[in-house]
Amino acid sequence: MSGQTEAKLVYMANQIARNLVHEPHPAAALADHLHAFWTPAMLRQIFAHLAAHGEDGLDPIARTALAELAAGHAPPPQTKATDPAHHGADAG
Amino acid sequence: MGYERQADFGTPEVRSDSQVTLEIDGRAVTVPAGTTVMRAAAVSGGSIPKLCATDNLKQFGSCRLCLVEIDGMRGTPASCTTPVADGMKVHTQSEKLARLRRGVMELYISDHPLDCLTCSANNDCELQDQAAAVGLRDVRYGYEGANHLEAQTDASNPYFDFDATKCIVCSRCVRACDEVQGTLALTVESRGFDSQISAGVKSDDFLSSECVSCGACVQACPTSALMEKAVTEIGKPERAVVTTCAYCGVGCTFRAEMRGEQLVRMVPWKDGKANRGHSCVKGRFAWGYAQHQDRILKPMVRDSIDQPWREVSWDEALGFAASRFKAIAASHGNNALGGIVSSRCTNEEGFLVQKLVRAGFGTNNVDTCARVCHSPTGYGLKTTFGTSAGTQDFDSVEDSDVILVIGANPTDGHPVFGSRMKRRLRQGARLIVIDPRRTDLVRSPHVEADYHLPLRPGTNVAVLSALAHVIVTEGLVNEAFVRERCDWDEFQHWAEFVAQERNSPEFLEPVTGVPADLVRGAARLYATGGNGAIYYGLGVTEHSQGSSTVMAIANLAMATGNIGRRGVGVNPLRGQNNVQGACDMGSFPHELSGYRHVSDAATRALFEAEWGVRIDPEPGLRIPNMLDAATDGLFKGLYIQGEDILQSDPDTKHVAAGLAAMDCVIVHDLFLNETANYAHVFLPGSSFLEKDGTFTNAERRIQPVRKVMEPLNGYQDWEVTQELARAMGLDWNYTHPSEIMDEIARLTPSFAGVNYARLDAEGSLQWPVNDTAPDGSPIMHVDGFVRGKGKFVVTDYVPTDERTGPRFPLLLTTGRILSQYNVGAQTRRTENSVWHAEDVLEIHPTDAENRGINSGDWVRLASRSGETTLRATVTDRVAPGVVYTTFHHPATQANVVTTDYSDWATNCPEYKVTAVQITPSNGPSEWQEDYAAQTRQARRIAGSAMEPAE
Repeated sequence: MSGQTEAKLVYMANQIARNLVHEPHPAAALADHLHAFWTPAMLRQIFAHLAAHGEDGLDPIARTALAELAAGHAPPPQTKATDPAHHGADAG
Repeated sequence: MGYERQADFGTPEVRSDSQVTLEIDGRAVTVPAGTTVMRAAAVSGGSIPKLCATDNLKQFGSCRLCLVEIDGMRGTPASCTTPVADGMKVHTQSEKLARLRRGVMELYISDHPLDCLTCSANNDCELQDQAAAVGLRDVRYGYEGANHLEAQTDASNPYFDFDATKCIVCSRCVRACDEVQGTLALTVESRGFDSQISAGVKSDDFLSSECVSCGACVQACPTSALMEKAVTEIGKPERAVVTTCAYCGVGCTFRAEMRGEQLVRMVPWKDGKANRGHSCVKGRFAWGYAQHQDRILKPMVRDSIDQPWREVSWDEALGFAASRFKAIAASHGNNALGGIVSSRCTNEEGFLVQKLVRAGFGTNNVDTCARVCHSPTGYGLKTTFGTSAGTQDFDSVEDSDVILVIGANPTDGHPVFGSRMKRRLRQGARLIVIDPRRTDLVRSPHVEADYHLPLRPGTNVAVLSALAHVIVTEGLVNEAFVRERCDWDEFQHWAEFVAQERNSPEFLEPVTGVPADLVRGAARLYATGGNGAIYYGLGVTEHSQGSSTVMAIANLAMATGNIGRRGVGVNPLRGQNNVQGACDMGSFPHELSGYRHVSDAATRALFEAEWGVRIDPEPGLRIPNMLDAATDGLFKGLYIQGEDILQSDPDTKHVAAGLAAMDCVIVHDLFLNETANYAHVFLPGSSFLEKDGTFTNAERRIQPVRKVMEPLNGYQDWEVTQELARAMGLDWNYTHPSEIMDEIARLTPSFAGVNYARLDAEGSLQWPVNDTAPDGSPIMHVDGFVRGKGKFVVTDYVPTDERTGPRFPLLLTTGRILSQYNVGAQTRRTENSVWHAEDVLEIHPTDAENRGINSGDWVRLASRSGETTLRATVTDRVAPGVVYTTFHHPATQANVVTTDYSDWATNCPEYKVTAVQITPSNGPSEWQEDYAAQTRQARRIAGSAMEPAE
């Protein structure tokens, strides 16, 4: 591991957090987003990195969201874009 | 079909609620009120001689050949300019009419070469046909007098000639340029006998004029005065097949006119619902790449990328690829493999690639090049409206009163729709352009934007917030629409946010660089000007807040009630021909076809039952994540169909490092592209002319792609993917793409009613096509949003982390140009390079002067990612502090400079904002020289003296 990827994952989590601050539940929204779009391997990679290097560089929203995910809590969908049960989205 | 020209009804179709019945030559004919006598005669099976009339141009009444007699009407009126009336009795044939028409034709022919047998239009010439129709047998005037028979031919355009000796000055070409294309490059110069068609000013030829080579004039010409060079060289076509263009997301349909197995010309199909009979220089003329000598027709393999390629049999290549992929899966797990679906390939091909990845490789690591263009559209519109697609059909623009174009340059990027938009603007629609550059739409003949908001790159969200601020604080919200159609609580939350002073145009002016009064004026116009339609492109999506910008656009449309009817809507202008389709087909790593998340057990169960395999419930890797994982040693094998990620994706050095770290890269393409430098297996691809399938355009229109010639490599692309799947152990037995579409329809609710028989019968279908919408859906969200209530999302402006500073003080934004397409793999192998032989850097005069740079100088373009060199063009099309270039040429590799910053929600790269410095240069950079040498090495083919030129 070069560490570059882990740094990029931290950057991405922070960037997503900055764009979700106006959601009713920002940390839940971020957790939902990461759960919907990141692979389990990417999540494991960032968990391991944070465990080894600390969470200093992490946005507080991201810190809460990642803690929830690390604890194995699958977040409820926050938007239609992440709602797997929403079959009808493009079914007209 | 055998060869015959498409029927020409002489004058355009008229839409009217009332019908008129008249009598033509004793036959009763009923047509819409306002129809001309000429068209009424034609639609009833009759034929009136004509020369200056054609049904995609307004009636002109010039040639006097279409004269008729009408009971109770004096003289012999021109049928092309005479509207029908109830009870009218028309006579199209009489001794008097015959005499008059022969007289007219006699005059035309007296100044026309009598070389029909050797003319390229012989037996395909309206003048010849009409001379026969009027029974012309001799010319009493002789041929000795003054004439135009010594006029020079203008052969400057690479695709067509203008032979003035054949010109009858009917003005059809001039009117086509004016009315259809909207460029107004042609004119009739001088008067009377001296009248002649002229491109540009007198010193111009076609090439140096403003002509954009759309071909409308050639199509309109009734003689061989304007004629495709290919027809002159090859001969008259023998048959025609209707198919769909493989360039941009407009999805023009063409008649591919063939002589044997040779394509003679592509003629826009008048019945095409996307293009309505028009074309651009790419679709009309730039198809020569399909037969280019650079095509690789034999499979090739190599053990490592420093070796030369070795040509092998299909069996050996597929076996080599399969064994490598199986070995990777055995050693590193299924998630070390992945695939990339092409937006240039058909729906059926894309569906098979993602099926191969999911069912064969056993992973969801599949992505598509929409990742780097319109993935934010999918996210943003699904979140707000419930559907990952645009809301309108192209015809909708005909009813727009205000057109807001943001981050799009349709006259270059989507030229055929750009022409339709300009036609509506010439009719009086108002225009708002939000773009850092002064694009052609801002000011061109008979079109001028009411407001041009020249924002700083990267501040889209701030400008949209400012527009929303004005709409909310000045009471311009369509409250009735919002209360009925949207979530009211979410609206209020959004309205409170945008109403804050920090979102006012005045507060944001220092951020956006747009004067507050322009923002206020534009907001008022959009909100109160009638039907308001928003069109946007990659200038919206390719930002770190691409998804936020899409949602901010959706917010504006909902707040003003501009959704759910003709003339309004939110319209993403898709980049490549099948971006919409590739996304629809389940090419994203988190979604199965129809945008259903892989974590949904019910959806997975459908696919598992159909495919007989388990589908991974976890999302897979996106393209940039694949490359990251590769450099970490976790991702080892990639199957890439029809994409060139090394040239098209950002931060080239990182892409190269990722590819170089893989054990097996399979490139399936027409050419040895830049990505193939890092490939171990090359599978030859087939062009759009060599395959059956469907493309889906930007208006969700599914259109047939039809094989007009046999694949030069022996196989259509879907067959190659099927063979690779078989080599991987899958039991696939498709015999035709229609069977793949049937499977798509079984598994995808929005495609449930789609099949080839319907597409053949109806020409095209716009999804959703299912029990709810059996005839398809030209316009979405008519009675309610697909998601239920429209969702307002607060989109706070978050500045990009890409900042200018002392080292990199300028902002680079990238884009495309009319004559070239994407990475240029197709258009660079055509004569289109006449117009754009290299990428150039646009720089403002002030910035150029500060650096001692003149137009034509070599300059070094450097960012924190890398540097390249190219020539400069000094122009005030760009604002001070902003530079612009295209990414069509690998010799430039503009993406060496772009960074790895991307959209927060989708990782769509931030192509549009890179901090750079420009300095004078002597020539290519060290990187460019190294890359050129490496490319020569990578393209060696063992036993072949030929090195494909690039």
